[in-house]
Amino acid sequence: MDAIAPLLAATINAGTPLMLAALGLLINEKSGVINLGSEGMMLMAAIVGFAVAVQTGNAGLGFVLGALTGMVMAAFFAWLTVWLGANQVACGLALSLFGVGASAYIGIPFSGSSLVVAKTGIPFLKDIPFVGPALFEQHYMVYVSWVLCALVTWFLARTRAGLVLRAVGESPSSAHSLGYNVRLIRLGALMFGGACCGLAGAFICLVYTPMWVENIVAGRGWIALALTTFATWRPLRVMLGAYLFGGVTILSFHAQALGVPVASQLLAMMPYLATIIVLVLISRNANWIRLNMPASLGKNFNPNS
Amino acid sequence: MSGNFLRKALFAAAVATPLASLSVPAQAADQEPLKIGFVYVSPIGEAGWTWQQDIGRRQMEEALKGRVVTQYVENVPEGADAERVIRDLAQQGNKLIFTTSFGYMNQTQKVAKQFPDVKFVHSTGYKTAPNVATTNARFYEARYLAGVLAGKMTKSNVVGYVGAHPIPEVLQGINAFAIGMRSVNPQAQVRVVWANSWYDPGKERDAAVTLLSQGADVVTHHTDSTATVQAAEEAGKYAIAYHSDMHKFGPKAQLAAVTHHWGDYFTAKAKEVLDGTWKNDSTWGGLKSGMAALEGFGPEVPADVKELVLAKQAEIIAGTLQPFAAPLKDSDGKVRLESGYLDDNALNRMDYYVEGVASKLPKQ
Repeated sequence: MDAIAPLLAATINAGTPLMLAALGLLINEKSGVINLGSEGMMLMAAIVGFAVAVQTGNAGLGFVLGALTGMVMAAFFAWLTVWLGANQVACGLALSLFGVGASAYIGIPFSGSSLVVAKTGIPFLKDIPFVGPALFEQHYMVYVSWVLCALVTWFLARTRAGLVLRAVGESPSSAHSLGYNVRLIRLGALMFGGACCGLAGAFICLVYTPMWVENIVAGRGWIALALTTFATWRPLRVMLGAYLFGGVTILSFHAQALGVPVASQLLAMMPYLATIIVLVLISRNANWIRLNMPASLGKNFNPNS
Repeated sequence: MSGNFLRKALFAAAVATPLASLSVPAQAADQEPLKIGFVYVSPIGEAGWTWQQDIGRRQMEEALKGRVVTQYVENVPEGADAERVIRDLAQQGNKLIFTTSFGYMNQTQKVAKQFPDVKFVHSTGYKTAPNVATTNARFYEARYLAGVLAGKMTKSNVVGYVGAHPIPEVLQGINAFAIGMRSVNPQAQVRVVWANSWYDPGKERDAAVTLLSQGADVVTHHTDSTATVQAAEEAGKYAIAYHSDMHKFGPKAQLAAVTHHWGDYFTAKAKEVLDGTWKNDSTWGGLKSGMAALEGFGPEVPADVKELVLAKQAEIIAGTLQPFAAPLKDSDGKVRLESGYLDDNALNRMDYYVEGVASKLPKQ
């Protein structure tokens, strides 16, 4: 049993950035826009958040500016795709590549700096034996991610604004004819996605591995993108998937250290394999698609044409 | 022509003649400096493989001051880009080019054929050509010493090792480490976790944290970032760093660092080109030639332990101690070597763990 608590704690830690980013990307995609720039946004937010935290000694400020960085990049992406009608996939890829290079460049003076971020926790609850330290002695952003998941669920399922957002993703022309401003709604969704990716990037640099080195996000932006599909655009499944994807790695490490022969290369590709399988399954089942996958995902909409 | 002018001219000639004779050797030394190019696989940064390569480059520049000029290109991906960069450096008049990553091997060979008058040195490859030499370091010798150190310092007798990819180079390090450790502490075991990446700080950290949470009180790594050392520092445990001295990232944690030093080798190769004595040799230097070292001892290492490690180091340098000497058993108990010691060929094909490594090697 002793081995399970650290495993659980590490899984939550590893899953949190995936969950934060994927929740934001889910809102993007519900509005019908796919932003492949998550890796770049996360990296830019990571270096900005880290630089701010190092300079000011305030990790909270690092998170705020990390989120703002993500929003600025997402707004630029929105201008290109939603207003100028540029191809979403190409722009997203460009945004990712830009973020990888630009963050490395900005990060030169910070390369090798490190930072000590105190673990916070929930008083009383963290004293529960066994699960207490694993669940309730995490960084406060872990709890933010839980609250965010609940909020996104509630927003999509229970609010009028959520309904409008989904309508924009399903059929932007219908939403437009009903008098909704499709462009502004998509801008808002993208900015939210950018902010979430920013928080995820800052989390990686401030909590998960509290240091800056080039390309520290190491593909987690892409995993988060895969995660939205894996979760069939359901926030709770995003949470489940994030911990599953994070947990697979952690579990493989624990198994290896205990001498259980596992092909860790195989486990490394599991998230993507799982995503492909889910994708195949949902495209075979019309109901799942109709219920979850935004019908206009990836299609640009021009209200003037 | 006035007498005055003649006098001046004679005077000038009298002064100039000895000066001119003096300036002949001076001119020879003053020939165009040798242009040397470097291709780096990652940014130089502040620690790691490329950082050590760049220290070597600067050391060579200092040693051959005025006789060489260097330039470098960093962050060059292995593949088609590398070929373009290497060719570009050759076209810019570099007469000696160091390509410092395994994945540049075929690109180096290709460009070397097109520029027969340019000399190339490829790091960690095995293909030579008339104008291509190769080099690598016997890191495992320093790993053995690190093992001795870990064996002395561990109290839990569990030592963690974060590996990158299960290839011979990494396995040599793990095995030499285990053998060194067991030579002073037969109870101790090495546990290995593969990150399956040369560079993913998040995974490296998770792997190190896993090992620490399973009772390891010393961790080491064969990956490129400082994450393992940092994780040990935060956990209040020990670490042995790799590539560079990382005491900045673990002032209390770092027991020592297994490091590489290329400066003397680079200088020697540049001298060969300058003196016209170029050899397309394959160098695999270890502690003796100073290409691998254990250094950066931390404050927590007691004096007698440090002395022991240094004594073992002297033995390896003298050739009286071979890390991979018989009898050598693998982790399944099978005898791998009955007498003598493993030759280079066997080292380069290593695909098993030795006794003392508690983990199982994933089957390919």
